[in-house]
Amino acid sequence: MLVLERVGKTYPNGVHALDGVSLAVELGEIVAVIGGSGCGKSTLLRAIGGLDPATEGTITLDGERIAAPHQKIGIIFQEPRLLPWLKVADNVGFGLGDRPKSERAERVAAALKRVGLSDKAAVWPRELSGGQAQRVAIARALVPRPEVLLLDEPFSALDAFTRTDLQDHLLDLWADAKPTLLLVTHDVEEAIVLADRIMVMRPRPGRIFDEIGVELPRPRDRQSAAFDFAKRRVLAALDRSLDRAATGTADEPKAEAGAALWW
Amino acid sequence: MSVVGMTIAAEGNPTRERAVANRWARLARPALGLLLPVAAALLWETIVRMGWASGRLAPPPSVIFATFVDLARTGELQRNTLVTLARVAAGFGIGVVIATVLGAAAGYSPLVRRLLDPSLQALRAIPSIAWVPLFILWLGIFEASKVTLIAVGVFFPVYLGLMGAIQSVDRKLVEVGRTFRLSDVAMVRRILLPAVLPAYVISLRSGLGLGWMFVVAAELMGASEGLGYLLIDGQELGKPAEIIAAIVAFAIVGKSTDWLIALTAAPFLRWEDVVR
Ligand SMILES: Nc1ncnc2c1ncn2[C@@H]1O[C@H](COP(=O)(O)OP(=O)(O)OP(=O)(O)O)[C@@H](O)[C@H]1O
Ligand SMILES: [Mg+2]
Repeated sequence: MLVLERVGKTYPNGVHALDGVSLAVELGEIVAVIGGSGCGKSTLLRAIGGLDPATEGTITLDGERIAAPHQKIGIIFQEPRLLPWLKVADNVGFGLGDRPKSERAERVAAALKRVGLSDKAAVWPRELSGGQAQRVAIARALVPRPEVLLLDEPFSALDAFTRTDLQDHLLDLWADAKPTLLLVTHDVEEAIVLADRIMVMRPRPGRIFDEIGVELPRPRDRQSAAFDFAKRRVLAALDRSLDRAATGTADEPKAEAGAALWW
Repeated sequence: MSVVGMTIAAEGNPTRERAVANRWARLARPALGLLLPVAAALLWETIVRMGWASGRLAPPPSVIFATFVDLARTGELQRNTLVTLARVAAGFGIGVVIATVLGAAAGYSPLVRRLLDPSLQALRAIPSIAWVPLFILWLGIFEASKVTLIAVGVFFPVYLGLMGAIQSVDRKLVEVGRTFRLSDVAMVRRILLPAVLPAYVISLRSGLGLGWMFVVAAELMGASEGLGYLLIDGQELGKPAEIIAAIVAFAIVGKSTDWLIALTAAPFLRWEDVVR
């Protein structure tokens, strides 16, 4: 279980990016974090990933404190960040440096097959499309079998079609080993398709403002009325989070106005 | 053949047509660069043959070639080339080793950079040839001063190139290394080294270019053997063909060594996303 207790982060330049964020995520749960630009979502994810440790509070995974990158935690960034000097297969096996060669080759081949890129094993990253590259990045993060996978807007640079494709694909992959997924996104539909729970954040300083459970059965039909209803709930919460942040007082829910938001 | 006919032929077997066209382009592109010098050489040869110019100070290509062959037959060319090559190799080796150590340290550690870089930048502002009298006073007129001068010439491009390359390594890729918890050594070997290699190779090549430039300067300053000695010898004895033959030898050996670096590095840089 991943537990955050009153996590805060103040950058050296004085920006108070996170304040009192508490959250407990069960093993195998999928949690989406959503919120306006600059409200500290990336900061939160980087703190959990151990890349930029929190300045207040504690983050623990199975009771173990996280202050540096942890073997059980994998990260997928907005860009694929493949190493251009390694062929696709070597990129996927990058996190298995300590394993025997045969095991490495076996697991890499299996992972590439799983993301449907077996034929690209011997190809340079520059020869991949954006969607393929991100799939390789997903394979690379999953190969060491992390318990927690952090994703910071992993599909936001892709076109709509590739994006929905990869969302479904991610769920498929998740079903294999059921790691915990913590996903930052700007895309309300993405959050609802993927997540069991959606945390809505608000800025200055970044706090969790609302939590919305999504209890739709999987696979989720993006066209269904229930999906639409969930979407409106999230949009309304987002709208309120912005309102509160802007005025500091207004607490009125403004349900339908969320359609024309900033993302 | 009419335009229509050509179109049909091209459509008949497009890949093969393209392959042929590519081969042509590959051969034609360097050939295009040869056009001008070859034409100039032929022109000069003709002018001298026709007696319109004596060609005493600017000998025609045939005379230069004959001199070149002569120098090669007596073994003088090989001996002097080897001497020069040895000087460049020694200077290049020393310069590269020192530049690599200091460049890596300055690129990696801000403290070292703040300590070292201002002094080195100040030294860099001095035209390196200005060191020659001092080097001769300190090290004598023989090999040591020459090799030192070459090493100084090689040092700066390599130092600057490596330091800059390390500083501009993509932080995002370093972060990938961190998420996989690479040790410092592994980070250097698996991320930093491959990331800086392209820029490092470029800096080695420009360092080598300067090395060749400085070996000429060093040998002109006084040498009893070496290609630079052939230059002086040709000047003092009034043999322009010998000078030009030595220049040609410089060009050939210089280009070959550069090509050797490029060739050695090529297998490690195949991943680079460049237009070839
Ligand atoms: N390295 C940093 N140094 C100083 N301040 C930072 C740094 N990174 C982020 N911040 C600040 O912290 C706040 C939160 O930034 P963060 O990147 O976490 O937002 P975000 O929610 O991920 O935004 P977006 O949706 O645009 O990605 C912002 O005000 C930002 O300016
Ligand atoms: Mg962000």
